[in-house]
Amino acid sequence: MAAKKFTPQDVSHIAHLANIPVTPEEEKHLAQGFNTTLKVVNELFDVSVKGVEPTHQVTNRENIFREDEVDATRMLPQDVALSQAPKTHNGFFVVDQIREEK
Amino acid sequence: MKKSYEPVVGFEIHIELKTASKMFCGCKNDPFFAAKPNIYTCPVCLGLPGALPVPNKKAIEWTIMLGLALGCKIPLFSKFDRKHYFYPDLPKGYQISQYDQPMAVGGKLSIGKRTIGITRVHLEEDTAKLLHITLEGKKVTLVDFNRSGVPLVEIVSEPDIRTADEAKEFLKKIHQIVRYLEISDADMEKGSMRIEPNISVRAITKKKTLPPYKVEVKNINSFNFVKRAIDYEVTRQTIMLEKGETPVQENRGWNEERQETVSQRGKEEAADYRYFPDPDIPPLRWTKSYIATLAGNLPELPGVKEARFLKTYGLTASDASQLVETKKRADFFEEAAKVAKSAKTGISPKEIANWIINRDVDVVETLPAGLIKRMQEAKTGLDLSSSELEEVVASVLKENAKAASDFKAGKQQALMFLLGAAQRKLKGKAPVPKVLELLKKKAGS
Amino acid sequence: MKALHTLTLVEAIEKLKHKEISHAELYTSVHDAIAKDNAALNVYLSLDNEALAKADKLLDSPLAGVPIAVKDNFLTVGLQTTASSKVLEGYMPQYESTVTTCLARAGGVIVGKTNMDAWAHGSSTETSDFGVTKNPRNTAYLPGGSSGGSAAALAANLCIAALGSETAGSIRQPSAWCGTVGVKPTYGRVSRYGVIAMGSSLDSPGPMGKTVRDCALLLGRIAGSDPYDATTSDKPVIDYSKNLHKGVKGLRIGICYLDHPKLKGSAVDAAVSKAGLVFERLGAKVEKVSLTQELRAGKILTPDFAVGLYTVVQRSEVSSNLARYDGIRYGGGRALFGDEAKRRIMLGTFTLSKGYAEHYYVQAQKVRSLYLKNFADLFSKYDLLISPTSPGYAQLLGVTKDNPLFGELEDLLLEPTSVAGLPGVNVPCGRDPETNLYLGLNIVANYFQEETMLRAAHTFEEATEWNSWTKA
Repeated sequence: MAAKKFTPQDVSHIAHLANIPVTPEEEKHLAQGFNTTLKVVNELFDVSVKGVEPTHQVTNRENIFREDEVDATRMLPQDVALSQAPKTHNGFFVVDQIREEK
Repeated sequence: MKKSYEPVVGFEIHIELKTASKMFCGCKNDPFFAAKPNIYTCPVCLGLPGALPVPNKKAIEWTIMLGLALGCKIPLFSKFDRKHYFYPDLPKGYQISQYDQPMAVGGKLSIGKRTIGITRVHLEEDTAKLLHITLEGKKVTLVDFNRSGVPLVEIVSEPDIRTADEAKEFLKKIHQIVRYLEISDADMEKGSMRIEPNISVRAITKKKTLPPYKVEVKNINSFNFVKRAIDYEVTRQTIMLEKGETPVQENRGWNEERQETVSQRGKEEAADYRYFPDPDIPPLRWTKSYIATLAGNLPELPGVKEARFLKTYGLTASDASQLVETKKRADFFEEAAKVAKSAKTGISPKEIANWIINRDVDVVETLPAGLIKRMQEAKTGLDLSSSELEEVVASVLKENAKAASDFKAGKQQALMFLLGAAQRKLKGKAPVPKVLELLKKKAGS
Repeated sequence: MKALHTLTLVEAIEKLKHKEISHAELYTSVHDAIAKDNAALNVYLSLDNEALAKADKLLDSPLAGVPIAVKDNFLTVGLQTTASSKVLEGYMPQYESTVTTCLARAGGVIVGKTNMDAWAHGSSTETSDFGVTKNPRNTAYLPGGSSGGSAAALAANLCIAALGSETAGSIRQPSAWCGTVGVKPTYGRVSRYGVIAMGSSLDSPGPMGKTVRDCALLLGRIAGSDPYDATTSDKPVIDYSKNLHKGVKGLRIGICYLDHPKLKGSAVDAAVSKAGLVFERLGAKVEKVSLTQELRAGKILTPDFAVGLYTVVQRSEVSSNLARYDGIRYGGGRALFGDEAKRRIMLGTFTLSKGYAEHYYVQAQKVRSLYLKNFADLFSKYDLLISPTSPGYAQLLGVTKDNPLFGELEDLLLEPTSVAGLPGVNVPCGRDPETNLYLGLNIVANYFQEETMLRAAHTFEEATEWNSWTKA
């Protein structure tokens, strides 16, 4: 696969996916930065990984669960849960109404 | 000549598990009945900085059991993945779900003569609840995280359903099995069972290929609306196909008021969820014996129970089917049959079935022994049905023809004589006013 | 007696318990130093005014109520927690991290929250949204990062001990640059619950201190299994201080990376080679491990591939972990992310995105497996691996500007063992008398063998003159 070359449009698309607001100047600047970064990253592919499985966790742990019990010590009172929110109303968090459906 | 078309329908069904606690934390799992919003939250289900998920063992076991009940294979390795998208009801900006290694795959469900494939069953966490209101003149959305993190099972079926009736049958069967397993209330009104049909239409001549599009219909809140939504959507799509147009692949919402589906805009590109295995949760690895143990813990499922009832109790297909509608009913029936047998009452399972089905016995409040007692009393005359009483009266009149004609001629004493005869037949427990009424009616005619 | 704020952890506990000094005296000394130096150094973002009051009741506890600096990515109830980002400016946590709970239970008192690279994205502390921290050894230079504030707090004696966190270098590198000791425990040895996540499969909270013994003591108090963190180990926590004095006789030590083109003939090359001789003199079997570009038995895989793999995995996980900051339940909106955070989130989003995840993310995790294999092989031959911590001395303020990969390139030597989850410790191993800047020695052990690496570190510290507290 040929190395990806970032354009400002690519940056715009990613910014949208990542829900990060960017200005057009930032898009240009970021595209350059990504290309520099990717040059280093592409050195990754100089090494052969034939037959190698990916490592997602290094602990070798499996089957770690909790019992189905209510842990009252961790539940937050309503006022604490809401205490850091910029906008609340009658026990709810408040956001401007979203137009787009999921 | 118009082409013939057939619907190609599959389902995505979400079931909220009724565990005591949430999927990845110990918060109380009771979103529907919570007295206030945001009272069952903690750092984990609120998505606070630094919080970490730890999976609920029972939720996992129940998911596997549901998979087994749906005839699925249970792969010995499974894991949780992060599914990313931004929405106010998703506190972490990702949902912990399962992507390419779900807990159960490749099952099937029979509805009548047809078999509907079950593609997969997987486990994930529910999102918060949103409420759209106007506050101080501005349109806002209120968010309640009581539901955030509740264990949610997703069942995906193959697009094997061909009619709206089949769809309803399929959903009823899923509902029944989930209730048998006692893992969820599966109540569509309370949101513990949610359904989304994927609907396409294709020419019958193209039976072997999957249509090049599918429409997902959301916001269907009851079984009744499923049929209507599917019928509406199939008609809409068929009309387009007949015109030579291909319906757009999209999400549509069911509008209850207008009884139609409506396009939900803003869905042009397929979502990029950027799935990757959740590094916070060690993977799951089962042994064959563990799966066998879970399989052994399954209750007898409705289909099997129905067949056994047919064989063991000599019931009609219709009776057996109705008795196994709910586990409670079926268990009640068997317990009653056991009581009747051990007490040597001579009451047959068929009679018990009749009572339960036709007299709408409350299987929750009544005790099986109580029903048998009532049936015994009825056999001795106290509680005969109208038709049975009529039969008794008819035979009394027949056997006492002289008294019958005397009464017809106007002799009141004859009526008393006939009543006495009826009492003897009913072992002294005749409902007197009713019997008199019937005697007068029948003798008079 | 020396100024109280310059005491080590072990010394302070002893003097308190023997009633040679009082809490009031100790805290006055520390607070005076903070009042004098914090503005210029920008070590602390917030201070706890109740610290002394809390300390007063803790004399009988293991840590005796000493003042501890905590990196501002640990959630602390009652103290603002920001991860040095404007997004979380003013955020008052609604729960306490497991590590600081352990700290409190052991009698440690948080004197304040220290500056860091915002979201731990960096190796300089220059990406902090609240100004850079200056290196107390020479204030024209950077302290390193991302736990730069904690390392500087130690070097400037604005605390008695400290806590930091490391994803790949963030404890050891600033320790090297500030001439202090820093321990990155085995991944899973210390709970991440309540630590603002950066790279979930990599993050390791750990102790930072003036001496190795200080770190060993602190490690024992914060390590352990946590039911709230499914990745923590249930291996029992041992007394890491008990065998520190036992020396290095018979230990098999491999010296790594000195033949890397970046290091040949450098100051760190000389310093670490000398360190090898010290270990040899003290009875260890020491030999150089040569670099290889392909997996080969007995050789160490070049760290160059680790830079690429680490960049991808870390940024992917970062993009995911920072998705929760939407300003609805807490914090300001996503427009408040600084440049470095934006870059990392976006690159991580890209490397996980449709059409690219297989090529970047999955590939990176496969290369990660190679390093795991490599270290499994090396630890069958060696008990410890040593290398320079950083390719050189601390660098000048301002050097990270317009350098999109500064962090990852600086941590080159630490990334291989970090992606494998292995434990490591930094001890000072050199000093430039002209600049007063330090060099660091990185000692890495096999999984959960912290005791062995701490023993070697302590031995080295005792046998050499680089520790500015024990050898002052």
